[in-house]
Amino acid sequence: MSATLAEKPARVKTRHFSAQGPFPEMRKEAGWRKRDRAWGYVFIGPQVIGMVLFVLIPFAASLVLAFAQWDGLTNLTWVGFKNFTDQLADPLLHKSIINILLLALITVPIGLGLAVVIAVALEKLKTRTLYLILFFAPVVTSTVAVAMIWQQMFRSDGIFSATIGKIFGITPPDWLGDPKLALIAVAIVSIWSSLGLNVIIFLAGLQNISPAVIEAARIDGAGWWSLFTKIRLPLLSPIIFFSTIVAFISSMQTFDTVFVLTQNAGPDNATRTIVYHIYDLGFGRFQFGPSSAAAVILLVMTLVITAIQFGAQKKFVHYEDDAA
Amino acid sequence: MSTQNLEETKAPAGTTAKAPLRERLAAIGISSTLHIVLLVAGIAMVFPFLWMIATSLKGLPQLLQDPLSFWPDPWTWSNFTEAWHAVPFARAYLNSLYIAVLSILGTLVTASMAGYAFARIKFRGSKAIFIVFLATQMIPAQVTLVPFYLLMSKMGWIDSHLALIVPAMMVNPFAVFLMRQFVLALPKELEEAAVIDGASRWRLFWSVILPNLKPGLGVLVIITALSVWNSFLFPLVLLNSPELYTVPLLLASFTSQFGSVNYGLVMAASSIATIPILIAFVIGQRRILNSMAASGLGGK
Repeated sequence: MSATLAEKPARVKTRHFSAQGPFPEMRKEAGWRKRDRAWGYVFIGPQVIGMVLFVLIPFAASLVLAFAQWDGLTNLTWVGFKNFTDQLADPLLHKSIINILLLALITVPIGLGLAVVIAVALEKLKTRTLYLILFFAPVVTSTVAVAMIWQQMFRSDGIFSATIGKIFGITPPDWLGDPKLALIAVAIVSIWSSLGLNVIIFLAGLQNISPAVIEAARIDGAGWWSLFTKIRLPLLSPIIFFSTIVAFISSMQTFDTVFVLTQNAGPDNATRTIVYHIYDLGFGRFQFGPSSAAAVILLVMTLVITAIQFGAQKKFVHYEDDAA
Repeated sequence: MSTQNLEETKAPAGTTAKAPLRERLAAIGISSTLHIVLLVAGIAMVFPFLWMIATSLKGLPQLLQDPLSFWPDPWTWSNFTEAWHAVPFARAYLNSLYIAVLSILGTLVTASMAGYAFARIKFRGSKAIFIVFLATQMIPAQVTLVPFYLLMSKMGWIDSHLALIVPAMMVNPFAVFLMRQFVLALPKELEEAAVIDGASRWRLFWSVILPNLKPGLGVLVIITALSVWNSFLFPLVLLNSPELYTVPLLLASFTSQFGSVNYGLVMAASSIATIPILIAFVIGQRRILNSMAASGLGGK
């Protein structure tokens, strides 16, 4: 202990000198740092150009277009906040917002809850490759194919509806034709197709918990349940928190599933989402202004909801003092 | 940052071996119960795929009269030949494949270069630019859908694969972030020797960093492949000609063309689109699963 303390001043000194460059040897060569800095810009160059051209400029353009009326052909006219007031008064946008929030509120807790349970179960087993493959298969499958498969299963004479009908003794529901059920059908598909991803992320998180910590708690007499609630879950909570944000955002951006599974936006727009709304306004009706306004609304919603989740994390998320 | 190994558990020190018989029996009981429950759940997970394959082999009479029977009767292989010839599947596979390969190669080069620079080179604005990269991850790509389309039409890239490939090669903030994490995890001593030898940054990157970055590059290949291969909204908006379609796009157009009457045919088309990917997944599962886990944790 005292040895390192004695060394400390010397170390600070070298650091002070080497602040000139990453390696002390380089200081001798005067031009090196200059050239090195240039290399820095060369290395980030392609990604920065791509970022400016394909993300920042389109992003700025969508902020600008949101205040204009344009169909891509005739002259562009400025309309101020009209697109926003129109959109915020549009029942279709209301429906889209309610739908994506419902989707997120259904799929995130159920999907992540199931994933935690499955990951904990998998972690207890010595051989688990087969299960990992089975649970992950939907993740690698294209959302379009997934939607087409479930479309057949959800038919009123399809296997899923028939099974549900038999179990509950009801007439097989017409999932995709019934406006009340169509959104639940979308939620089922999105839970199914993202479950495997969350399982492996949580499993990896559980594996990163040091066996020594578990062992210490066990020696202190902790049973399986208290190990789970007092050790595993708190240590996993940063990962669960991050997955919650990702899952929430991706639910809010649902498009492929509603587009294919419920053929555009379902009966009576029952599964209309904001991204579908943006697509419909932009490429169905060529109203680029309103479409951009809806896009900005999606962005603001994403930021606000993420900020709320970050605010809530202090209560629920446990961070170790020194992050592993 | 370390890569994952999902298939093995570190054995907790000093349990199992000397545990009393009663405890060992209980452990066996618990693990076999878990195996049964997980096997049932796992089969339920892949049931939609099994149903897809079974349905793809059923003829129209069976689909209409007995839609709930699982086994095809008679086995109707003609759905596959019909689906394969009805739309240009081979072409779509070729399109998807070369778009994916070029996007992946481009991402590997540009993202590892940028990740290395952000991790190890000191230059003015480095921190600020990196923060912009992190911040743009909060902008959903769909927000820029309309302006991106307009930009592509200005560049004359509508109905061209360039509109998919070039942006994918040149911008991927998450990939940059991930590669920066992997570079940061490399020991600095790696470069020091080469620097003393007077190697330039490019030499340093190419012959010292890149070879040591293989695990990170592997992760990047897999996550880029999955996202590019399955991307749907942007190809839908940017491509018009069926001969340019990617596999998901062609598949989506298949239903609108062939309706929902003969869904044996539709399921044959879905099988053609998914089975090769599922086989590739099973072959490469170890790397794919560990890569996805590593990238999931990397964004923590």
